[in-house]
Amino acid sequence: MTSTTPTPLTVLDGAAVADWIRRTSQLISAHADELTALDAAIGDADHGANMKRGLAAAVDALASQPQAPAAVLKQTAMALISKVGGAAGPLYGTFFLRMSTACAGKDALDVDSLAAAVAAGVGGIVQRGSAEAGDKTMIDAWNPALEALNAAAADTSSLAQAVAAAAAAADSGRAATEPMPAKKGRASYLGERSIGHIDPGAASTALIVQALADVVSGSAAGEA
Amino acid sequence: MKKLINSVDGVVTDALAGMAAAHPDSLRVDEAQHIIYRATPKDMGKVAIVSGGGSGHEPLHGGFVGTGMLDAACAGEIFTSPVPDQVSAATAAVDRGAGVLHIVKNYTGDVMNFDMAAELVAAESGIEVATVVTADDVAVEDSLYTAGRRGVGVTVIVEKIAGAAAEEGRTLAEVAAVAKRTSEAGRSMGVALTSCTVPANGKPSFDLPDDEIEIGIGIHGEPGRRREKIASASEIAARLTAPILEELPAGDGHGVIAFLNGMGASPLLELYLMYGEVARILKDAGIKVERSLVGNYITSLDMAGCSLTLVRADEEMLRLWDAPVNTPGLRWGV
Repeated sequence: MTSTTPTPLTVLDGAAVADWIRRTSQLISAHADELTALDAAIGDADHGANMKRGLAAAVDALASQPQAPAAVLKQTAMALISKVGGAAGPLYGTFFLRMSTACAGKDALDVDSLAAAVAAGVGGIVQRGSAEAGDKTMIDAWNPALEALNAAAADTSSLAQAVAAAAAAADSGRAATEPMPAKKGRASYLGERSIGHIDPGAASTALIVQALADVVSGSAAGEA
Repeated sequence: MKKLINSVDGVVTDALAGMAAAHPDSLRVDEAQHIIYRATPKDMGKVAIVSGGGSGHEPLHGGFVGTGMLDAACAGEIFTSPVPDQVSAATAAVDRGAGVLHIVKNYTGDVMNFDMAAELVAAESGIEVATVVTADDVAVEDSLYTAGRRGVGVTVIVEKIAGAAAEEGRTLAEVAAVAKRTSEAGRSMGVALTSCTVPANGKPSFDLPDDEIEIGIGIHGEPGRRREKIASASEIAARLTAPILEELPAGDGHGVIAFLNGMGASPLLELYLMYGEVARILKDAGIKVERSLVGNYITSLDMAGCSLTLVRADEEMLRLWDAPVNTPGLRWGV
């Protein structure tokens, strides 16, 4: 460990995207028990274990040679789809697959192209899960994160400022799911009894966006 | 947690290995892909049937692979749907040139993964796939504000009846039609006396005091619709039966197939006792029981409790129900 202040990234190249996946795997693994506890309250107590297994497979799938962002995102998508199962596998798989398509041909993503790629990914989740804002799902964390990215892109914030804002927004979105009654997924079967619990999908989304902020700020360096 | 396992991560794989060892003549298990096949494929030209879902519901689905029922079952991780690769591999392997029916329980993950698998199959092989989604749980009241009714007990009945129709050599459209009709004619309601314990979690999914029960549970250890004080079997049977009868489709003069299912940890003594109570209620309500099934068929790990499924049966459904079946979990007429 050094005491020098880490230098934030100005763009996300393929190596940085691969770091994002590794950092996500670390954070999901560290919070797996917490995700499972959230899922046990309103679902079926497997979200932490499933996400940990899927992200570990995604990290294993990363090529040793540097690749373009689109290739890294696609490998991640396929690993999640083929290892996670449940609803989280197709939803996160679709997110990374649509992000990959949106990044086709790019060597690196700036704030604008990152916002566009995340928008494509979130659009995929909405389509696959037919969920809307306020249904108490991962969308309730993704939507504010995307809005923060779009706002940052519009006012020419740096990439680091943009993803930090996105992470904070995703975290607020995660917290905002607590008082909602669930309308999608297994928690919806509980109706009013789902109120008072944070949605596990929103919680894992907040970790994914946090991982991105960590990589861009450089604070994940040395831990990856 | 006290369970007969080697490791938390290896539960499903180890259980499948044991299943293969227990049924070497009738099943072939792909332990790597977690797929259970018939050892001897059915004749060319017959519709094949694939189902699957999370593990922890045994004998559903792997235990229903065999003559007169399923051609393959995809086992997901515990309480987690199988993934598209698994389902598409099973579908391609069992197709006998007449198409494949997917029987899917209505859970968000199962529906999405089977959808993606059907897309993959269409893109890669052009095998014709039809899908029937079971959604029989009356505990889920309002489909506008939920993911729709859960597929629970009727799934067993649908797999049996569709399997018999396929064995007769009916077309994919015909097999799918009778499967859909059976699914729509079934209603279910469940009760839990205890939570189950998911191995990866290591502790009960919910805490239930000794004097309370969960009414309106599904099959994944999720809490039910409401918590109530424990009551006599007679009273609990009435609470399960009433909401089913409110929603049971009117029939064409035929009665019902009555299915009293154990959730995994309730002894047959209690299941038969519960069935007796249900039979009395149905008799009083003037509903004829055409066929009955009592036992652990669609379980929720080590949960104590039961579910009741009533299916308004027509002539064809009864004939197909009676047709021979030879699987580890269900066997008659052979």
